[in-house]
This record gives sequence, structure tokens and C-alpha cells, in this order.
Amino acid sequence: MSAGTGGTGRHVVGRHVVVVGAGPAGLAAADAALAAGARVTLVDSAEQPGGQYHRMLPDAYEAANPDVLQHGYNAFEQRSMRVIGHRRSTWLADTSVWAIERDDPSRAPLVHVLTGGLPRERRTLRPDALVLAPGAHDRVLPFPGWELPGVFTAGAAQALAKGERVAVGDRVVVAGTGPFLLPVAVSLLEAGSRVVEVLEAARAASATRGWLRKPWELAAQAGKTGELASYTAALARERVPYLPGRAVIEARGDGRVEEVVSARVRGDWSVVPGTERVTAADAVCVGHGFTPRLELAVASGCELRGSAPAEVFVEVDGEQRTSAPGVYAAGEVTGIAGAPAARAEGAVAGWFAAGGDPSARTLAPLRRARDQGRAFAERLAHAHPVGREWPGWLRGDTIVCRCEETDYAAVCAAAGDPVSSEARVARLGTRAGLGPCQGRMCGVTVAELRARLGAPDPDPAAPHRRPVAEPIRLAELAAPPAEREG
Amino acid sequence: MDRTRVVILGAGIVGSACARELALAGCDVLVIDRGGPAAATTSHGEGNILLSDKGPGPELELAKLSRRLWPEVLTDLGGLAVQAEWQPKGGIVVATTRAGADGLRPFAASQRASGVVAEAMDADALRAAEPHVTREHTAAVHYPQDAQVQPAGAAAALLSGALAAGASLRSGREVLGGVVRGGRLTGVRTSHGTLEGDVFLNAAGPWSGELAARLGAPVDIRPRRGEVLVTTPLPPTVFHKVYDADYVGAVGSGAGDLQTSAVVEATLAGSVLLGSSRRRVGFDARTRPEVLSAIAAKALRLFPSLARVPVMRAYGGFRPYVPDHLPVIGPDPRLAGLWHASGHEGAGIGLSVGTARLVRALLDGREPEIDAGPFRVDRPAVLGEDVPAGSTAGEETT
Repeated sequence: MSAGTGGTGRHVVGRHVVVVGAGPAGLAAADAALAAGARVTLVDSAEQPGGQYHRMLPDAYEAANPDVLQHGYNAFEQRSMRVIGHRRSTWLADTSVWAIERDDPSRAPLVHVLTGGLPRERRTLRPDALVLAPGAHDRVLPFPGWELPGVFTAGAAQALAKGERVAVGDRVVVAGTGPFLLPVAVSLLEAGSRVVEVLEAARAASATRGWLRKPWELAAQAGKTGELASYTAALARERVPYLPGRAVIEARGDGRVEEVVSARVRGDWSVVPGTERVTAADAVCVGHGFTPRLELAVASGCELRGSAPAEVFVEVDGEQRTSAPGVYAAGEVTGIAGAPAARAEGAVAGWFAAGGDPSARTLAPLRRARDQGRAFAERLAHAHPVGREWPGWLRGDTIVCRCEETDYAAVCAAAGDPVSSEARVARLGTRAGLGPCQGRMCGVTVAELRARLGAPDPDPAAPHRRPVAEPIRLAELAAPPAEREG
Repeated sequence: MDRTRVVILGAGIVGSACARELALAGCDVLVIDRGGPAAATTSHGEGNILLSDKGPGPELELAKLSRRLWPEVLTDLGGLAVQAEWQPKGGIVVATTRAGADGLRPFAASQRASGVVAEAMDADALRAAEPHVTREHTAAVHYPQDAQVQPAGAAAALLSGALAAGASLRSGREVLGGVVRGGRLTGVRTSHGTLEGDVFLNAAGPWSGELAARLGAPVDIRPRRGEVLVTTPLPPTVFHKVYDADYVGAVGSGAGDLQTSAVVEATLAGSVLLGSSRRRVGFDARTRPEVLSAIAAKALRLFPSLARVPVMRAYGGFRPYVPDHLPVIGPDPRLAGLWHASGHEGAGIGLSVGTARLVRALLDGREPEIDAGPFRVDRPAVLGEDVPAGSTAGEETT
């Protein structure tokens, strides 16, 4: 798989770049690294490249924007085929990274992967440079009753509706914050659900301020706003109410969701007393933004930025380089900025990971696109902040960790006792975050609650520290890895 | 004021147990820790309270004392004890080779002679006790006295008991050095000012060596790393603490390179914990997949039916290791006012309450319940006098 022999007789072998994640960022990174002459191994847990983004677009968007979509899809398809078909690339579908090993702190770490069906094959990749583009997963804040069947994360509901044409319910409430609620609602309609209402916790004023503060930044993301306009139109056609400044504060039902309680919330998401309203519904889909998947970056030794638990991301420089030698990061792990920014970041990361020419002309537009995407993300964050008073709707018996059924009172008690307030000791005592999802759902929330309760964890990486990044069966772990590659 | 002012340096399980015992004895006790209570070694172990892995000798005597004390201490702690998750579930040691069986039988006999309950099991008894254990075994011994706790919870219970008895706690205080007056340690300088006292008890676990050096009286206590795998929750599958007979050899070994031996047990939450490994790598906390792999392979030898069970987490920690494998308990003859309670390697959870009892007796000038002489500080292994050349604390194994 070497790149060949140079004319001078010197053996020229491209750098081996391993890219984790084949969403918009990872695919762009692989493409750019190949263009810069590297040998690329692209790893993704799915069978096809595309990541979450390309699985998420509702049909209505396609109908309303056939040209835009076709253009975007073609670009994606071309890039996909170019990367996968390239003679210097290896596409590892159905492959998960289960561990990162920093065997030599002066260079990129070893990447331990599992490939295929059962039993999965264990392999070790030795990259010259590693690009991390694992993306993000849904964030859902707890509320009383959120453990009931019938409560879905917005992303899960979207995947069921879009991917499997499964309607999560007949009467569905969509709630939370952020523009992602719109395509979710539209996909639910397309799957045959009746969407009773869409509740956006951000107040109209806040959203308007965020969106309109710097109109020139919006212009650069015109594709994105067009996309959102098409969803709004689809919801209007079906007469689905879209209510800003309202949040779901409870789900109730006997064994499953039968009704949801919503209330008006202020700018800081404190509940306005007396505004509670009960809505009959058999499903509620909730999304409060996204949590970056940071475990591989943490395992790689990358420094993080941000101190508030929900605002922690990988620190990168202008070339998408992290603080860990040979490790680059792109996409949502560096900041929730959407697909266009992710693509640009990925291309920059892949180019530099491959040792590409830093003065290459193609870099300037990429960096511009990246900066515009980030500016857009900044505006989104301003328009849809998670208000700091959301814990006001928790009660003592509200489940915080759904895997272990740890309630809010237990989290408060541990944080308030100096004997057990240290994060790890509290985790062992309350069991929050120790269940099958390993705190992917509740880790950031628990850290945020503990900080409010006066027991902040000094280590922002703690909720993301998972040396076993993916469950691995004992037989798979016990078997020696296949011959090391690279 | 004529109460002895005791400053305990380290709020792990050993420091917590000592704090409780000394506060109950009427001392004026202050516990300080560089981080938070139980945050380091204590919360990174399995919570072993074992007699089964100890051959006749002083450590077994300390283990027997501790095993007798644990139920008393927990009863005394009342409602605080719940968080310790005490499980007197018993241990079963299984040999899977002829050599293992040949070693296990006389070992168990010698333990019986020292007062340990160690019952030989035939194949039927083993299968009845542990239906999923390998059929490929050559001998098995049941140790009904072995028990398990949730270690951080047990430490929290002990420390809460200490606070209830009048002790106080200050977290986030790192000891920087000592204040010596007239040949006596009268204070410690910390990151938050100087603390004065009559007795300073070094209970810093694997950091005890470094701490003692800062106080001017070095002891040879070093970190020895271990890792544990945690499976997803299972229906009841493993009922005792089950381990391979070669575990005893690994515990007693001083080798710096990787050693693994199977230790398999379930927690109350349904997860199965799989240990164990031993490596001397300084305080290098990086995960090594080959270590996890070796642990998995050994565990499957004991429980082949766990092959398809997913491991969802791994964690590791540092044990306080002394070259002669005995804890260090008592006053430091080189520096008046300095005491040590450390060096328990992987047995500190179990041995904590017995250690505290010894410290209390020695401080009172009473004869302890067991001979504390073997744990004294001025032994060659502790003072670093018989350390083989080239094996230093920062040594890296590859």
C-alpha cells in the first residue's frame, strides 16, 4: 500500500493518516489527506459513510429544495466514492474504536479497533497522524417522568422516523431547544405522527437577538436558513403550533407517557408559576442540543477548552491540531457548528495531518468557510442557550441517571457531604453514570448539577474519561489482535 | 488542653479508619488530604476483605484481627454503614492446573493451622456453589470468611464515623514539608498554611514514600498499578469471590513487569468485576490494552461462559507497595512525632480497621492485640536498604 518509489531512488511512503468518523468532517479529512498524498484509513461504526447528518434530512427538505439537496448529495456522493475508491485508502466500515493507547507520548497514539460482525475482529492501527471526527450525540435534560416509555431523544425519534419509517406515537410533543427540533417534527409528520406542538424553550426575543445580531454571518450560511425555512413551512401547512418560551417540565402516565406538562419559562429557563398546562400525548421527543463525543480525544491526551461541563470541547489551533502530538480534531468535538463548518474543519485537519503544504491556496477558502460556520454556531448558541435555571423543574425523586435510576436527591446528598463529595466517590456511591451507557446520557448533566451544588469537578475531562471507549466482549478482548497495520 | 493532637495525612480508607479509632480514643483528630476523601487508591480497588490470599504470618494475623473487627465497626457505625455495602459472601480459590492444585492444598492446610476456615470442595460442591465456573479445575477451596465492601463507601462510612466522634476534615490540602523543632516534627507546611500537632500519621498510600521524603524521613513505599474490568450488568452469575490459585503467587511476588491472575466477582449492581494485574510503572496512569486483554484471557479460563459478556468499563489505580510485602505501621524512630500507616499494597481496604486498632494501642502505649513488631518502620525493606540495584520507583516496564 506504499505510494511508490520516487525518481531519485528514495523510497517515498505517504504518511499514514487514520480518520475516525465518516461524517461530514471525517470524510472531508480523508479526502484532503489523500489529496495531500497520505495513505488513509477511514473508520466508522456504520456500514456507509455519511455520519448522522446525511441520515437526518426529512423528505420535505428534499421536496422543497431539490436543487440544493441534489447538489449537496452529489458532492457528498462524489466525495464518498473518491475516498473509498482511492488506491491509498482503506475503508473500515462497521468498525469501532474501543481503545486509544498512548504507547509513545511523542507521537500519534495506537488506535485499537473492532471490525465486522460477531465475533468482531480486533486490530491495531499505527497512524502517523490521527484525525478525530466522531461527532456528537443528543443532549437531553432530565425532567420528572423522562424515564417513561414514550419519551425519546429528538435524535432517536428522527432516526426511527426517517430511517425505519416508525412513528414513535400518534400524538407527539416535540420539545427542547435549537433548530434541530424542526426537522425532527417534520420527519415525525412524514412518518404519520400527529405533532401536537413544538415547544422551543428559548423565548422569541432571545432567538431573534441571536439570529439577527450580525446578519452578514447569516448570509454565509444561506443554505442553512433556507433549510430551516422549508421546515417552518412544512409545519405551518400541517398547522403545528410552534411555541417559543415553553418547556416540557414533566411527563406522566401509567407505565408509559399519557400526558406532558409544559410551562412558560423565562430567559434563564426558570418556570413561570401558574403557566403549567397539561397536554395529552403518547410520545414526547426532547432535545437540548448536543454533547460532543470526547472520549477518544480525552484518551488521546488532548487538552480541552471550556469549564462549564456542557461547554467543553477539544482545543485546536488554526490547523485543527490538538495539544496531543499527531492528533487532529474536526467537527462537533471542537464546537457544535453544523455540517458546513465540520466539512471545512475536516479538510483543514486532513490536509495538515497528511503533512500537506501549509501555503496551499485551497486552504484560504476552507478556513473562511470554517470561520463562517463557527460564527454561525456562535449565533445559534446565543439564540438557543440552555438556561441555567433548568434544574428548577427537578424534584427530589426525579431520575437523573436512567441506567442506574439515581435520583436528584441522591446527587444532591452526595455533593453536599464533604466525606463523599469528590466526583469519583460520589459516582460510586450514587451509581450515576456507572450503567450501560457509561454516563453518555447523564455525565455532563450530573457534572453541571454538582457544580451548581458547590462540588465542581476540577477535571473537565472527567465525564468523558472512558478508557474502554466501546463495549468489548470478553472473548474479543482476550483474543490477540490481528497483525498490527502501518 | 492535654488531648493528643493528631494530624492524619491522607483521607483514604486507612486514614479514615485511623481517624475514627483515634477520635473515639479521645484524640483531637484532623484529617487532611491533597484531593478529596477516598478519591485515589481507595476508590480504585475492588473492596477486598480477604483471608484466603494470605499465608501464615504477620499479615494474616492483621487480616484476622481486621476481619473480626469489621462487623463490629459496621454495627457501631449504625446507619452510616449502609454505604459500605458489606457482603460476607466468601471466597473460592480454584486451581486449574496440576501444579496449582499441588500448591493450593498445602497452602490451605497451613492456613487452617493458623485458624482460617478453608474447606476443600469437590467438583459437585464447586458446581453447586458456582454453576458457571470452569469444569477444567484441579482443586477448589472455600473460604467463608472472605468478604467484600464498596471501598469508597466503606471509607466514607469510617470517615463519617470519625467526624461524628469529633474529628475534622480538610480536603484540598497538600503537604509541602515539615516543621521540625528540637528533633521533633511539630508541624506540616501545606498548600494552605502550617498545621501544628503532636502526632502526624502518614496514611498517604502509594504517595507515602514521597510524603515521607518531604518530611525528611523517607520510606520505601512505591506505587504498583492494577487494573479492573467491569462488565455490563448480568443476571446472577458469580456468587462468591472466585479467583485462580496463582493469584496468591502474584500477590506475593515483587516482580516489576506485568503479572495477571484471575479474580472474578459480582457487585450488588449486577456487574462482574474482573481483575487483576500488577505492574510497577511509577504513577503512569495510561491504559494498556494488552493488560486488559491479559486480564480477560485469565478470567475466561475460570469462567468460559462469560465469553460473550461485554466489558463496558476499565479502571486502574495504584497500590502502596513495600518490597517485603508487609504494611508499615507505627512511629518513625528517626523523627519523633511522625507515624506511618501505609504500605498495605492491595489489601488496605480489608486491613484498614485492624491497622487503626494497632495505631491506637501503640499511641496509648498499650500492648496491641497482635504483635506489631513485624510492621515496624525501621526494617531494611522500608528504609530502602535492601533494594536491588536498578529498581527505582519511577521505573518503566515495557
